[in-house]
Amino acid sequence: MEPQLCRIDGLEKAFGHNRVLRSFSLNLNGGEVTALMGANGAGKSTLVKILSGVFKRDKGTISLKGQPFLPETPAQAMRQGVVTVHQHINDGVIPDLDVASNLLIDRLAEPEYGFMLKRGHMFTEARKIADAMGLDIDVRKPVSDLGVADRQLIAIARAMSHEPSLLILDEPTSSLSASEAERLFDLVETLKHRGVAILYISHRMSDIRRIADRIVSMRDGEVSGVFEGEKLDYEGAVNAMLGHTMTDVDIVIPEQGVPVLDLQSMQLRQGATPFDLTLHDNEVVVVTGLLGSGKTAFAQALFGLSKPAGGSMVLNGASYQPGNAQQAIGSGVFMSAKDRTDNAIVADFDISRNMSLPFLPRFSYAGFIKRREELTSARDLIEALAVVCQSEVEDINTLSGGNQQKVMLARWLSQSCKLLLLDEPFQGVDIRSRRDIGTKVRATAKGRATLVFVAELDEAFEVADRIVVMHDHSIVAEFINRNVDLNEVLAAVTGSASEATNTGIAA
Amino acid sequence: MSADAKNLGATLGEPKQSQGPKLIDLAIRYGFLTLLLGLVIFFSIFADGFAGPRSAVFIFQSVAITGILALGVTCTLVVGGFDLSIGSVATSAMMLAAYVMVVMEQSAVVAILACLAMGAAIGFINGMLIVRFKVPDLLATLGMMFLLVGLQRIPTEGRSISTGMTLPSGETANGTFSAFFLSMGRHRFDFILENLIPISVVFLIVIGILVWAFLELTRHGRLMYAIGSNERAAALTGTNVNRYKVYAYMISGVLASVGGLLLAARLGRGDIASGTNLLLDAVAAALIGFAVLGAAKPNAFGTAMGALFVGILLQGLTMMNAPYYTQDFIKGAVLVVALVFTFSLSARRAGGH
Repeated sequence: MEPQLCRIDGLEKAFGHNRVLRSFSLNLNGGEVTALMGANGAGKSTLVKILSGVFKRDKGTISLKGQPFLPETPAQAMRQGVVTVHQHINDGVIPDLDVASNLLIDRLAEPEYGFMLKRGHMFTEARKIADAMGLDIDVRKPVSDLGVADRQLIAIARAMSHEPSLLILDEPTSSLSASEAERLFDLVETLKHRGVAILYISHRMSDIRRIADRIVSMRDGEVSGVFEGEKLDYEGAVNAMLGHTMTDVDIVIPEQGVPVLDLQSMQLRQGATPFDLTLHDNEVVVVTGLLGSGKTAFAQALFGLSKPAGGSMVLNGASYQPGNAQQAIGSGVFMSAKDRTDNAIVADFDISRNMSLPFLPRFSYAGFIKRREELTSARDLIEALAVVCQSEVEDINTLSGGNQQKVMLARWLSQSCKLLLLDEPFQGVDIRSRRDIGTKVRATAKGRATLVFVAELDEAFEVADRIVVMHDHSIVAEFINRNVDLNEVLAAVTGSASEATNTGIAA
Repeated sequence: MSADAKNLGATLGEPKQSQGPKLIDLAIRYGFLTLLLGLVIFFSIFADGFAGPRSAVFIFQSVAITGILALGVTCTLVVGGFDLSIGSVATSAMMLAAYVMVVMEQSAVVAILACLAMGAAIGFINGMLIVRFKVPDLLATLGMMFLLVGLQRIPTEGRSISTGMTLPSGETANGTFSAFFLSMGRHRFDFILENLIPISVVFLIVIGILVWAFLELTRHGRLMYAIGSNERAAALTGTNVNRYKVYAYMISGVLASVGGLLLAARLGRGDIASGTNLLLDAVAAALIGFAVLGAAKPNAFGTAMGALFVGILLQGLTMMNAPYYTQDFIKGAVLVVALVFTFSLSARRAGGH
């Protein structure tokens, strides 16, 4: 084991005003698997991209085996000994080519390879690489015939043929089954014993428990906790990642109104544990859980974007089975989607047009839009939500993230609904707008049930009356947001409580 | 000292900065229309007989059919698609109109209805290929284009259709284009001068206003723009994305068939060799339209201006004795310049903020 094989010191990177990495420092040792945990936006992918030569750092030093490491391109990073296997595996392999070509593709790109392909030579070389990794794959097979796990292993095998000193695995198991993941772990173990330093990025606690020698938590572009030793503190690591800082938001839990949505033996996917949940009028319920815990699937089922595997939904006493977003909206269920740039914002539209989008019939007569009413409504909403902008006809893209998110919230608050779903409403939002949004959601909660999906716990504590925790596509715990024991919540989030005691479920 | 220099730079830099983007904004917004105006003035001075109502009407007439097709393709561009089949829909409509009247000896009304129905049906099929069978828009409509180019030749074994022609069965076709049908291509309304405005120009103006109003003033147009800008966001706000896409292709198909009807009425026969330039001219007009008023997106007004721009340029150059074979080159050059204008300047504007 080589200590401090890779030293990262004071790394900084900003995109415009957005400081993604702020003085990030970390040492990686040879022959050790370091798991890196961080919520969305913590800066993990920026770190990976700097290490793999895609981005240039603004500040800071990286040294590899005592030599300064400053790659200009991904190819240079690889030649200097840092190899990355990316999350989207199809970025890593070329499905139309055979396994041998995939294993040797970066050698084909080198100028000294020559003009003609040497088929026979390629197959023997590829065989050698595959054998060295213990891969049992016919190198003549096209990669498109192989499963995801094999593709992943090929990408890693190719990476290893460069004999790297640092291997970065970015969410490698996100599309693998348990047995496929096991093959990957075996390979990681082998590499570890060869003295390679491995940076393993994952949200899956089960992966981390299985192979991590050390956990590094990351938050807001900095290391927020390093956990090592014989017995790793998994809950401490999650806490450091989600960062429950004491908030000065006072939550007064109001009287529960009448039931609005009643879910009975809801099953989000085949094999998941069914759960019940009732949402009441005048209540803000937060759904939390790690990435992949089923939050998104839950939101999609409620908004008609996917069919749940089983169970019944009753909305205001009537059976509720939305087939698409249109039907959900028609039934009075609104959803502000996560990843607003991809799923919510219409970049070509101004603020007023973005706000009115779902409710155009309300603003039109015989199909023609009553622009003046639309503008008046937009002005009112801008005032109500304190959106900072020049005017209601300003381009949406000139607004800051927090103000864009306020516009998206205004879109769905402009009409009354029975159930409001907010999927990650605080994503890429500054702290002040976050408070504004939370306050507004709570202030308008009367007359509907509100369900907020967030991964970060401090966001949950800021806005919720009740917090439900998801794990493995089911609800594993439920807490009233009053003197909550943080450790109990963390235990539920990491899944360690799910088998032992079903703590808060009785609530 | 260095601080002073900085301050000086700042004060000097300030007016420059506020003026710089402004100039670019103005150029993006009015550059194209200014160019259009400049062109008109230039030709009025240097080309004899260019300035005058007759010449103006001639320009309008020359771009009428292209313009109508371009307005249709604009609708598909608005939803983020593209319709390459418009040219062949137009020529198919022309052949169908001629076939219905000359061979089947039906009335003009039947011919018109048949053509409009065909345009709508082809648009519907295009739309279904794209939304149901997930064929990329360019490929689906390219396939449809080939299919139609071939299909329109089958009934007459590849010959043009005119009264008195010999049919594949050996009989003679006795039907005629009715006077009413031909008047669509040939009648002119009095407007200030006698017999000034041809019907095709009226069609262009009316359709232009209708498409403009539909896209800009109705909620359906608004939703189509939303789909073109962010399909997922539009779907998540409850928009039936697929239905609107199909509508867009149907509008495009119907307008192309209107263009084909006007072409048939002007020619008075089903001419197998005509209409070859329609597709490229229409697409060029719609794309040039991106540059008008700095829209940087498909829009009906821009499309009309784009068509007019090409018409004016060609008419003026022709009157200044530019040879006919340079026309396509000029059209292409205008298109490339307009696209550079649209994409590089508006990208710079977006980046400047």
